[in-house]
Amino acid sequence: MRRRINMTVGLLLVSMLFVLMLVSLFYTPYEPNAMRIADRLSGPSASHWLGTDNFGRDLLSRSMVGTQTAFLVGAASVAIGAAGGLLVGSLAGYAGKWADELLMRATDALLAFPGILLALLLVSVFRPSLLQTILAIGILFVPSFARVVRSGVLQQREADYVRAVRAFGAGHVNVLFVQILPNIASSIITTAALSFSTAILIEAALSYLGLGVQPPDPSWGRMLNESQTYLSAAPWFTLAPGVLITISVLGFNLLSDGIRDARDVRA
Amino acid sequence: MVGAKPSGGETVLEVRDLRLELSAKDGARLPVLEEVSLKVGRGEIVGIVGESGCGKSVLSLSVLGLLPPSIRVAGGGIYNGERKELHRLGEKSLQRIRGKEIAMIFQDPMTSLNPGMTVGKQVAEAIRLHTGASKREAEEKTVGLFRKVGLPRPETLYHEYPHRLSGGMRQRVMIAMAVSCQPDLLIADEPTTALDVTIQAQILKLMKTLREEDGTSILLISHDLGLISGVCDRIAVMYAGRIVEEGAAAEVLRHPAHPYTAGLLASLALPSKKGTRLHSIPGSVPALRERGPGCAFASRCPYAADRCLAEKPALRGVAGSAFPRSAACHLLGEEGGLANVGS
Amino acid sequence: MSAPEAILELHHIEKSYAPKRWLSRGETLRAVDGVSLSVRKGETLGIVGESGCGKSTIGQIASLMLRPTGGSVVFKGEELVPGRRSPRDSRRSRIQYVFQDPYSSLNPRFTIGRLLEEPLAIRKKGTRRERRREVLRMLSRIGLDPAYADRYPHELSGGQRQRVGIARALMPSPELLVLDEPVSALDVSVQAQILNLLKDLQAERSLTYLFISHDLNVVHYMSDRVAVMYLGRIVELAEVGELYDGPLHPYTRALVDAIPDEPGTTPREAEIIEGELPDPRQLAGGCAFRARCPFAHERCGRQPLLEEVKPGHYVACHLLEPDRD
Repeated sequence: MRRRINMTVGLLLVSMLFVLMLVSLFYTPYEPNAMRIADRLSGPSASHWLGTDNFGRDLLSRSMVGTQTAFLVGAASVAIGAAGGLLVGSLAGYAGKWADELLMRATDALLAFPGILLALLLVSVFRPSLLQTILAIGILFVPSFARVVRSGVLQQREADYVRAVRAFGAGHVNVLFVQILPNIASSIITTAALSFSTAILIEAALSYLGLGVQPPDPSWGRMLNESQTYLSAAPWFTLAPGVLITISVLGFNLLSDGIRDARDVRA
Repeated sequence: MVGAKPSGGETVLEVRDLRLELSAKDGARLPVLEEVSLKVGRGEIVGIVGESGCGKSVLSLSVLGLLPPSIRVAGGGIYNGERKELHRLGEKSLQRIRGKEIAMIFQDPMTSLNPGMTVGKQVAEAIRLHTGASKREAEEKTVGLFRKVGLPRPETLYHEYPHRLSGGMRQRVMIAMAVSCQPDLLIADEPTTALDVTIQAQILKLMKTLREEDGTSILLISHDLGLISGVCDRIAVMYAGRIVEEGAAAEVLRHPAHPYTAGLLASLALPSKKGTRLHSIPGSVPALRERGPGCAFASRCPYAADRCLAEKPALRGVAGSAFPRSAACHLLGEEGGLANVGS
Repeated sequence: MSAPEAILELHHIEKSYAPKRWLSRGETLRAVDGVSLSVRKGETLGIVGESGCGKSTIGQIASLMLRPTGGSVVFKGEELVPGRRSPRDSRRSRIQYVFQDPYSSLNPRFTIGRLLEEPLAIRKKGTRRERRREVLRMLSRIGLDPAYADRYPHELSGGQRQRVGIARALMPSPELLVLDEPVSALDVSVQAQILNLLKDLQAERSLTYLFISHDLNVVHYMSDRVAVMYLGRIVELAEVGELYDGPLHPYTRALVDAIPDEPGTTPREAEIIEGELPDPRQLAGGCAFRARCPFAHERCGRQPLLEEVKPGHYVACHLLEPDRD
């Protein structure tokens, strides 16, 4: 029962954001970067549902376009992390021995850095941009995916059904990709959903610090940054990106839990 | 009426018309046990035999009030020797009964022992919990119990951790713990299934000794007809949540009255059947939801008639045997004559 | 020891496990210690023994799933290198293995049809359609409705799953089947179904079985000859009737005595052997059974050899050495 609620609420929140993003590709109430000094810092009204910022830009439009950035950063970095993790993890888990030692110590080293610090490091080495942000977050995700994949592969490698197909002469490629990986897909998907929310948070954090997405591209993190000086004068300015970040993190976390629970049951 | 009279006169456990229901996820109430009645007399060893899913383990758990939350008592009752209604007792009162009046041992002695505590200490703690004995007394008693259950070098073994012991030795430790407070009834749920053949025989022998020396009654639950036949005074054969046959072990096994018992016996790969084709019961046990209005065995029974599909047979006395016996089968006829099915 | 009609011969098979970590000191565990066996064409050779005696290891080595640390496996006169199965080597598919637990040995995400097709697909045998036809034919042979081809393992009962496990092993048309506790996980009434099926299949396809089980009655029922293992060695091997009626090794006697009486018969007064299996790592040479043996003697400090004491009856025990008292 509880897992249904997780799944439903998670799915609802995520699809809400997704629809918002799709709509924003074709339509926003205002041009998100259009400044109108006359309207600056006006509160929510019929013409500006979420109010305007210090340049008079429509917050609803900017928030909507911010979803694009969030989804882009989330999807791309998760894809990089999952691909890298799949490679490292399955190699370590399946080959074992020294390859396992080597790869796992390397991921340990990577994991030992606090995530945001590592992202900061990576981004500051290069010029901050959307692409660097995605790459940095993606690399950050490799260890966690690698660990999930490795432990799954290790566990399944010795399972009877794997030994059975090996006894029929199945090759390593077949065993790894056809037999083992589909059986650990649920844990990979769970990790992916969880990482998605982390990616959105880190992107927001980096952008808040001015190291992520650069102006004039809208990002929730940078909107937060810009809003902080006006916190008492224009609280709605902070509220719009804040609530959206919360919703997306909550949504993806619930979805992740929901997927895990749903895939766990085996009648 | 239902059930045989206990041989010793005094009853230590009586289960009467017990009905247990499982609340399924979709809200359905499924009967796990139906009309189960059973008596265990003092000093008696009663066996419950059945295949997986017949409800034998749930029955044993219900006696100690250890049912999972999804299963509840929906009818009938469980009574101890003093006619206390065990099924109505609260957790506090049950805790006083568990271990002291009724003790239980399980199939896997490894999971029933705390891996982080020496086996001696575990038994001593159990003794102190129930008797309030001093540390010293409990320790001495534990060593004595270890000797009694046939553990070698009891003083050294006292300080060993469970993982250092073999399966057979762990089961002996469990038995020592179970009998530490001299319970009236020992429930053993598949106590030898996880053990090797030679160790199995040792443990069964130990259980017989306990009965002879202390008069402990034993409820022995097993899937293995062959194994318990040599140990039990009486057996009850369960199928799909009901007792289908009950009586003196030797009689039930020699002249089974229920087609299921007969089929089960005939399907055992015994030495005497070498070279012949084994009798096999077609199909498998119906799932909880697939149980219809009739006899649960009807779909697999070679003698099934229309009546068997429509109406559940009640457990009733079987005539023509030296000890009280009963079976639940329409074939038995009104006068309760032996059906003479099977080998 | 090899009879002319031998289909599979094991020569001095050894399997030992080195201590796992290089930092921790531990003794080598010898799971199998010099086992020689020959399986005759068309027979069922049973292997009995208690847990840890190495019977399962022998089965895996015989079916080339595990590489021994010593010795050789000879199938129909050709030596095979165990543990290295190349997909194209068709000789290897002549030996197949049936697992104890039919659930864990079937990939839960595959349909029954795909599971059965796999052994053929891996070897790229036939077209998809031909393979499918084979699968359906096999399903009906083992007593499952062809509709089961589209079901998943968890939708089947234990007995049905084991039928699938056997069917899958039969797909590459093997000559020898290694059956490792094939009915131990099943209910009694279902056990009989599977044992009957195995007997039928053996007769139909002139299969040879290596039947491994801890259940002495099941081994008795199935086998023509039986080998008894104790801590990595064969202690006795004989025709089934001879072994059960007149066991010569003290351990075999203990095992036979521990068989529960047939239900409904008058109980025998049997001696129950005391003690338990010693830890194989702590055995310092000599007969492994001597710690529990009622007849143990000084000379039991030497390892007894498996010797033929009667035609076709082999025993490894100093008590039975013909040349000494």
